[in-house]
Amino acid sequence: MQIKLVSSILGANDTLAAANRELFREKGVFVLNLMSSPGSGKTTILERTIEHLQPQLNIGVIEGDICTARDAERIAQKGVPVVQINTSGACHLDANMIASCLEDLNLDELDLLAVENVGNLVCPAEFDIGEDMKVMVLSVTEGNDKPCKYPLMFRESRALLVNKIDLLPYTNFDMDALEQDVRGINSAIQIFPVSALKDEGVEAWCQWLTQLVRRKREK
Amino acid sequence: MNCMHELALMQGILDVVTKNAHSYGLRRITKIKLVIGKLRAVVPDSLEFCFTTLKEDIPLIAQGELEVEIKEIEGSCRRCSHQFLVEGYRFRCPQCQCTDIAVVSGSELYVDYIEGD
Repeated sequence: MQIKLVSSILGANDTLAAANRELFREKGVFVLNLMSSPGSGKTTILERTIEHLQPQLNIGVIEGDICTARDAERIAQKGVPVVQINTSGACHLDANMIASCLEDLNLDELDLLAVENVGNLVCPAEFDIGEDMKVMVLSVTEGNDKPCKYPLMFRESRALLVNKIDLLPYTNFDMDALEQDVRGINSAIQIFPVSALKDEGVEAWCQWLTQLVRRKREK
Repeated sequence: MNCMHELALMQGILDVVTKNAHSYGLRRITKIKLVIGKLRAVVPDSLEFCFTTLKEDIPLIAQGELEVEIKEIEGSCRRCSHQFLVEGYRFRCPQCQCTDIAVVSGSELYVDYIEGD
């Protein structure tokens, strides 16, 4: 007997993500899903972003990692509420993991919730967690060939932060080639060259992000 | 890294299959047909490997085979409505050069049908 299903494999996740999104809409919290490969500098970017935005916005953070609470400890030092999710092996966060840790955050007091996904250029792009936008980080030491090798994440992201630009003189990273490849995949993407370590270019990213957070608040 | 990705997806697939098999009263699954778009970055060999590994622990599926149909990426130009095959992940209309392209096909990820008795 053949049974036609046409059943989405991620259907259960998408239902939970929709519930998360509805809750975030009710509370007026803008949710950012930050993705990249390991070591590109997501946590440092979050630290700088918090420093820049803390005077104007109430920020919360969810840290996703396979194990350890090291990133959460770093973020907690900035004085913002942070929850650590350990996936115990899973290479991405899903909507259920986000839902299960929301009671540890007071959404009524937040303007922006930043979710730092597990370091991985493939899976996090597949899983909707109910976020307002996906943003990815690519560091110049990883090489400019990544958009063509891992196109989905570039296609799904609204912004790309090209991190560690202070190291450009020591690499063969080609910024023009990168931009051309990224725009071929996603013509509407915003590109921000930054050095989180040196706090270069972070201001422009923060201003852009603030506008989006405010726009959601006003709705 | 890819294998982890396929493992998570295969767990989702087997959940969908098991649930449906129970509701249709199937006691043995002989075939699972999947449709996956090229945008999904799924490696069929990894998927097959994860299927073989996971099905061993599920008597319902242990004898089943997997068939995967891969769909090419097709785009539709939002300016001139031209439909075309997206090659090399270049989302640019070959007719009017516009880069505002909707994905018509290529992001599929579903169980098409199951066979069993």
